Amino acid sequence: MRSVTFLLVAAACAAIVFAVMRWIGNGYVFFAGYVVLQYIVLATAWNILGGYCGYVNFGTAAFFALGAYTTIVLQKLAPIPLPLAMVVGGLVSGVLGLGMGYLTLRLRGAYFSIATLAMAVVAQTLMVNWSLVGGSAGTFIIRPARAPLLGIAYIQYLCLLMLVLSVLTLALARTIERSRLGYGFAAIRDDELAAEASGVPTLRLKLLATTLSGAVMGMAGAPLPFYVTYLDPASAFSLSYAVNTIAMPLIGGTASWPGPMIGAVLIATLQQVATVTISSAVNLLIVGVVLVGFVVAAPNGILGLLQAAHLGRGNRLRLSAVQR
Amino acid sequence: MLDLFGNALVSGVLLGGFYAAVTIGVSISFGMLDIVNIAHPAFIILGSYCAYIANAWLGIDPIVAGVVLLPAFYLLGAGIYQIYYLCFERRGEQSLRGLAFFFGLLFITEVVLVLVFGVDYRLVEAWYIGPSLHLGVVELPLRLLVPCVVSLALISLLQLFLSRSFIGRGILAVAQDQLALRLMAADPVRIKRIAFGVSIATASVAGAILIVIQPVEPSLGREYIGRVFAICVLGGLGSFAGTVVAAMALGMVESLTATFYGPSWSPAVAFGFLLIALAVRPAGVFGR
Amino acid sequence: MSAALLEISGLSKRFGGFVALDGIDLAVRAGERLGLIGPNGSGKSTLVNCVGGTLRYDAGCVRLDGHSLERLPAHRRVRLGLARTFQLPRPFPSLTVGENLRIPIEYASPTGARPHVEALLGMVGLRERAQARPGDLTQVEMRKLELARAMAAQPRLLIADEVMAGLSHGEIDELLALLLRLNDQGVTIMMIEHIMRAVMLFSQRLVVLVAGRKIADGDPAEVVRNPEVERAYLGE
Repeated sequence: MRSVTFLLVAAACAAIVFAVMRWIGNGYVFFAGYVVLQYIVLATAWNILGGYCGYVNFGTAAFFALGAYTTIVLQKLAPIPLPLAMVVGGLVSGVLGLGMGYLTLRLRGAYFSIATLAMAVVAQTLMVNWSLVGGSAGTFIIRPARAPLLGIAYIQYLCLLMLVLSVLTLALARTIERSRLGYGFAAIRDDELAAEASGVPTLRLKLLATTLSGAVMGMAGAPLPFYVTYLDPASAFSLSYAVNTIAMPLIGGTASWPGPMIGAVLIATLQQVATVTISSAVNLLIVGVVLVGFVVAAPNGILGLLQAAHLGRGNRLRLSAVQR
Repeated sequence: MLDLFGNALVSGVLLGGFYAAVTIGVSISFGMLDIVNIAHPAFIILGSYCAYIANAWLGIDPIVAGVVLLPAFYLLGAGIYQIYYLCFERRGEQSLRGLAFFFGLLFITEVVLVLVFGVDYRLVEAWYIGPSLHLGVVELPLRLLVPCVVSLALISLLQLFLSRSFIGRGILAVAQDQLALRLMAADPVRIKRIAFGVSIATASVAGAILIVIQPVEPSLGREYIGRVFAICVLGGLGSFAGTVVAAMALGMVESLTATFYGPSWSPAVAFGFLLIALAVRPAGVFGR
Repeated sequence: MSAALLEISGLSKRFGGFVALDGIDLAVRAGERLGLIGPNGSGKSTLVNCVGGTLRYDAGCVRLDGHSLERLPAHRRVRLGLARTFQLPRPFPSLTVGENLRIPIEYASPTGARPHVEALLGMVGLRERAQARPGDLTQVEMRKLELARAMAAQPRLLIADEVMAGLSHGEIDELLALLLRLNDQGVTIMMIEHIMRAVMLFSQRLVVLVAGRKIADGDPAEVVRNPEVERAYLGE
């Protein structure tokens, strides 16, 4: 299936999903749906660097929160329409990704991961000490009642934006996977030294991965202030973002674009249910247990399990576009 | 002004001594075994809560409790390594999964503690929490001094163990050349299991002295992830002396920052240190 | 007299206190078949790594066709025409054999005249194994894949690092024939080997490395009779 076709099909699916949500009509569907969609984007973005390239980013929160804080700063200084703010947030986080990559990508895998964690805390500390965005006390955002132009409830508007972003992100991931770039990423993941010796410009590709990954995470974070209406560094930079965006692709499968989406839908839905029915602490416990369970027992995630089940049919879900 | 500076420096050094105890476990698991145990701080918090229970329910001195529980933590460490080995090292899996495994453990430990103890701060009582020694203008709180002394004692004992005992030297050997070790008929897996067990055992004592220094709540471990790895990298992986020096340096800088710029900047200090260390000298100051 | 394709002058590399390479001077002419031998630890692999770009050297100069390779990362050197195989084969385990070749085809070979996966596989005799994973390959098949990967970059100079190690008589002959065919097609080949039979059959010129120094350089038959070389291999 060509990329354009995929994009159209995905857009059609998204339109159907949105229509169903509006038909159900319950406001809660939109609030929960937003979180699930947000994680689809975050998990897929993480996977571009983590699953495709093999570099584990613990600092998801930094890119995500930076997108959110960009929106806040824009609201205070020069309010612009939210879709535009998403683009700006993406640019800011993309630059952060580039910078972080440049500082840390020469490091061996484990050091890179630790450095990403360090960077997230530094970013958080900077926000805590910045009065414009409210410092550690946080800041309030007023969520408008109705969306501009469309007139629907604002939360539905947020969901719609996140749906669009999801479709674009999934299309991006799929396109990368099947392209020359995707093969380069796979080579880096499998054996970076051999990749260099085969002509792959590893540093350049890794920088591209961190920049893309970071930019998409920033775009996912930009609408957050309007969703939560109150944002403080502690929650924006919460480590649970890092856990979730690592757990979801690992559980769903890191090899291909459906994996992070499957993991995100599963875990995010589970979390929404658990938060409402049990408690939010159990929430994280579930993620932790499921993550460890999958990492130990099913290293290739749900995709891997499906693939193993279909082994007889020779059905391969990996980078299998060679013959096409 | 000078006494402010002096006190900040002194408490920084004492704090640094404590940081060394927190880090020494990772110095073994990451520095010698090449295992990125990002969950180590969670085990330290677990140690703190064990000391808390011993102190609040049985009236035992927290540090004594920490020492008594060393074998229990050792067994925990050995068990975790066995799982890690069976699932990851033996299969030669990517480091991604190993990291995720420990990340998951970090979270599970933290959440279980929340479910059992709640999010309130817990503290312990001991005769050395409160009084201070006075040397001129400088104040030496026993709350910081005793943990620092215990920490240095622990590290010295470990150093002796590694350099004098057969198993200890086996651990140093496995850090450098596994194949040679196997050829000498020592089982590297067993040695690594022992080493990892020792690494987690240190968390028992480290946790005990943590809760002496400050009240503890379950998510406190996250603050220490950066500190621990910053000290590890700066001090040179696997070098105990380097760890102590780097820990004290970090302690001093953090203390001075908190005193003169405010405590809200402290978290950035450790992590900023780490980023600089990684950018400049990944092999650390004393590293191989 | 062909011009020097690869010029190594004064190449030195230390690891801490250990001197791995001590001022190596070596020139490889275009189209030549050069053999490089030496006891274990003599610095052969270090030399390959320094020339290939995976290791930084301390002093000296490496030139490919007149261009200095100083500071160039490995992937740029490959694109300039210098390919190497790894002593222990390093295939990409999650990709098929065919996909393994796609990487250097896409990234290393000049856009004008890209080889086809089937052609490369046919050249090394791996055509039936195109869909297999490296984990399923035999030793000699892995060596062939290594060679095919290096060839996919369409190099002018190929450094074959101990490709024959651990192979049977027949397998050695197979690879030898392959390398000779490549040389016929114009590829300069530097063969690093322990297996003397292969080296003597293959090389037009033989270089001997001992303890980081070049102790002999010339006609293979003469070099082998050199007393210093005998001493290095057989001891005092």
